[in-house]
Amino acid sequence: MDAGLVMYEEEFDRITSILNRLRVESSANIVFLVDKNGQQIAGAGEIDRVDTTSLASLTAGNVAATDGLAKLIGEKEFSILFHEGKKDNIHISIVGQRLILVVIFDERSSLGLVRLRVRKAAAEIERVLTQMEAKAKEVGAMEAASPFAEITDEDIDALFSE
Amino acid sequence: MSFINYAAREINVKIVYYGPGLCGKTTNLQYIYERSNPQQKGRLISLATETDRTLFFDFLPLDLGTVRGFKTRFHLYTVPGQVFYDASRKLILKGVDGVVFVADSQEARMDANVESLRNLEDNLRENGFELKAIPYVLQFNKRDLPTAVSVDEMYRLLNYKGEPTYEAIAPQGMGVFETLKAVAKQVLYELRRK
Repeated sequence: MDAGLVMYEEEFDRITSILNRLRVESSANIVFLVDKNGQQIAGAGEIDRVDTTSLASLTAGNVAATDGLAKLIGEKEFSILFHEGKKDNIHISIVGQRLILVVIFDERSSLGLVRLRVRKAAAEIERVLTQMEAKAKEVGAMEAASPFAEITDEDIDALFSE
Repeated sequence: MSFINYAAREINVKIVYYGPGLCGKTTNLQYIYERSNPQQKGRLISLATETDRTLFFDFLPLDLGTVRGFKTRFHLYTVPGQVFYDASRKLILKGVDGVVFVADSQEARMDANVESLRNLEDNLRENGFELKAIPYVLQFNKRDLPTAVSVDEMYRLLNYKGEPTYEAIAPQGMGVFETLKAVAKQVLYELRRK
């Protein structure tokens, strides 16, 4: 079983800057990163325009279903999904086996350009991810990584007091 | 699998409502959605068939407040209960932090409850989890129906590990938030333990 994902400020900033660059270089409207469980990690562009929480969970569901399809026919995975709309298109790709990179673009860009830029950005994100995992292990060995280590019963009860 | 984001100071956890077809998983989420503050909740997404049977999942993001400076965000999912959607159920359990089992109290549904509970155990295992170890709450739903089996008998049949158990009438809200609170608490305790 995988450990939960832990992200610190430094990696968050690096990932956000990779996403920002990808958005500019691929002329996309929105770029964002979610994990395979549907948790949103970071985003760039006009993310206020869409409901990113829903988008993240549906993307993860979509990828999970497609993964299931791949396994059924004996493929390891379909690493890229592409949905073409009248105006907007969605390009979804899997990064480092546990993250999903989503790019939303319109006629100002093209599938070819997006694919090209995504490949480069994905490699960079994967490097950050590897470092993140190494760091989580290191920190985890030194101290409890969870901010909840010292949580009290009162803290938890307070959440539900309304 | 929880996701702790130190940059945004938030923690995300995933709760899955499991149970046989038509036991009231979606109704639980709908009630929570209706009764939560607009600032607390996101959109309720239902991927359902034309006859309102869950096809893939329902999804409701919920902010429960702040603990130690961290925003706690709960992502609530339901699975499709019908037996033949097993492949989808398995997918939704991926990365789960806590499970609610919604049992149908009607006598005619006892076999379906037992079968679904076994199926939960199997599917958790396939995702690398053990029902024995994961935060888990049992809900006896539809207590208002005339054919409801006694709580004692249901407990004997469905209790797995002495988990917190609640009686519920989901459309009226009875037991719905109690169930959610119980599983959320267990998940937070689990995070402390890690």
